[in-house]
Amino acid sequence: MSLPDTLFDRPDPPRLTPLGLDGMLITFSDRMDDAANRAALAFRDRIDAEGWPGLRETATSLCSAYVSFDPATLPPADLQARLREILADRDWLAADLPANRTLWTVPASFEGDHAPQLADAAELAGLSVEAAVREICARPLRALALGYAPGQAYLGQMDDHWDLARQKDLTPTVKEGAVVTAVRQLIIFATSGPTGWRQVGMTRFKAFRPDDPDRPIAFAPGDEVQLRAVSADELERLAQEPLAGATHEAIR
Amino acid sequence: MSTLTVQKIGPGASVQDLGRRGWLSQGLSRGGAADRLALLEGAALLEQSPDLAALELSAMGGSFTVDAPTRIALTGAPMRASLDGEPLRWSASHLVKPGQTLALGPATSGVWSYLSVGGGIDTAPILGSRAAHLALGLGPKLETGTELPMGKDKGGPVEQILEVSDRFKGGDIRILPSTHTALFAREDLERFTETTFTRDQRGNRQGVRLNHDGAPFATRDQLGLVSEVIVPGDIQMTGEGTPYILLPECQTTGGYPRIGSVLPVDLPKAAQAAPGAKLRFAFVDRDAALAAHQSEDAQLTALKKAVRPLVRDPAKMRDLLSYQLISGVTAGRPETGDTQ
Repeated sequence: MSLPDTLFDRPDPPRLTPLGLDGMLITFSDRMDDAANRAALAFRDRIDAEGWPGLRETATSLCSAYVSFDPATLPPADLQARLREILADRDWLAADLPANRTLWTVPASFEGDHAPQLADAAELAGLSVEAAVREICARPLRALALGYAPGQAYLGQMDDHWDLARQKDLTPTVKEGAVVTAVRQLIIFATSGPTGWRQVGMTRFKAFRPDDPDRPIAFAPGDEVQLRAVSADELERLAQEPLAGATHEAIR
Repeated sequence: MSTLTVQKIGPGASVQDLGRRGWLSQGLSRGGAADRLALLEGAALLEQSPDLAALELSAMGGSFTVDAPTRIALTGAPMRASLDGEPLRWSASHLVKPGQTLALGPATSGVWSYLSVGGGIDTAPILGSRAAHLALGLGPKLETGTELPMGKDKGGPVEQILEVSDRFKGGDIRILPSTHTALFAREDLERFTETTFTRDQRGNRQGVRLNHDGAPFATRDQLGLVSEVIVPGDIQMTGEGTPYILLPECQTTGGYPRIGSVLPVDLPKAAQAAPGAKLRFAFVDRDAALAAHQSEDAQLTALKKAVRPLVRDPAKMRDLLSYQLISGVTAGRPETGDTQ
């Protein structure tokens, strides 16, 4: 059978891509790009504010916003028209980040077994170990997207010299709370699992707390997360405290 | 509060409802029943809300007792089913009384079977849903002796049946484009729609693997794809070019190429294809997909209308005189000497 040409349509971003019958992606870049991430966050915030009947859920990934909708209430063609209108409203790549985000400060140890590949990563970034820790903790990093496990945030972007390739061989498992890095990003592992990223530190932070009725998943896309270097002993002491010593405040 | 007690249970069973929405952007997939239609069928048979939780059983099934008279519905992949040894009809509602043993399994076709109870399984909701998320360890572990609380049943009929179309043996699945469909070469996309796939042994609530003869399916530049949102029904290629149909516990984002997305109304059939079943995929245009679409509300309304009382053929009843033909609650149950 011959397939319609429309199946092969893929205009340059910003682009609407239907994801099945009841989903729509609004993509701002085909490569990881900070402006595209900000655009996705701002665009999603705008869609949430629209509150159209038939909207079921919105989300963002690194460079796209996503809309889940009920096609019986909100026909895909109508949704596309509305999304195009909003896309044309402004230059989304220049949009401000939405309000209602949270700044987190999370204690992390960069000592001994907590940081098995810190020296390796620092060398690849062209830094001393001390300078590497200083840079990792220097400023808040944005939760560019969450995935792999509930609450697992991809934090970025770090400076260019942190554009480290993933390891060829996976680390078979890192523990929950591990701080790993690659491709100008940091992750605080929300579960234990294998990774191709290098472990440079350790937190006791639990990003997924299903029993916490108020905030069962700590981070949301767009939140800012800053690590605070503490000693290994201090990390264990803080582990007993609420949120393992992490603090959070609203970003205004 | 009444209790459903697990006497025996096979691997892969869990408490499920229609899942949780609103957590996708924070990395938690919707979850919920692998065959959502089966939950709606259970709700229709018991005349209750589709939001109530049921037991999802995989091929081996299990056996169960209750501590109070309990209405049940059996839906999804048909299993051998019996109550104290008397065969029970599938896709039907029945009454189970204390002292009786409900034995379900193995499945005769399909993968996911459902035991719904009047009032629903009333375990504590987690993040707004009772659905177990096996990959995350959410929800009660089911084993011999597990006691599951049941909600209060508002009451209703039993011995009701639903005629359902056979969605338990694979077949033709309609798809729409997904994130990366346009990145596949035309000849690969055509080959995909001309290939008969076989459901592999490997499969779980995250997804099921499909095997095929011939070259793998890959896109250009597929190692450089930026992660995008994933939803159940997406057909994702592994790095080796083997397709997986993604199910309710799939990842929420990913950068492996997705060639298409199964129509929501065809997803139960795709999920219920057992190992060895054949599946073929056809792209349909959006208008055809919309015409075929039924919201879950509309599906439930239609199912409620389709429910019929079970009419027994007197010629097939082994001992007509032992049936109590008048009583409401025990209609159709033989009153044998050992029944309480």
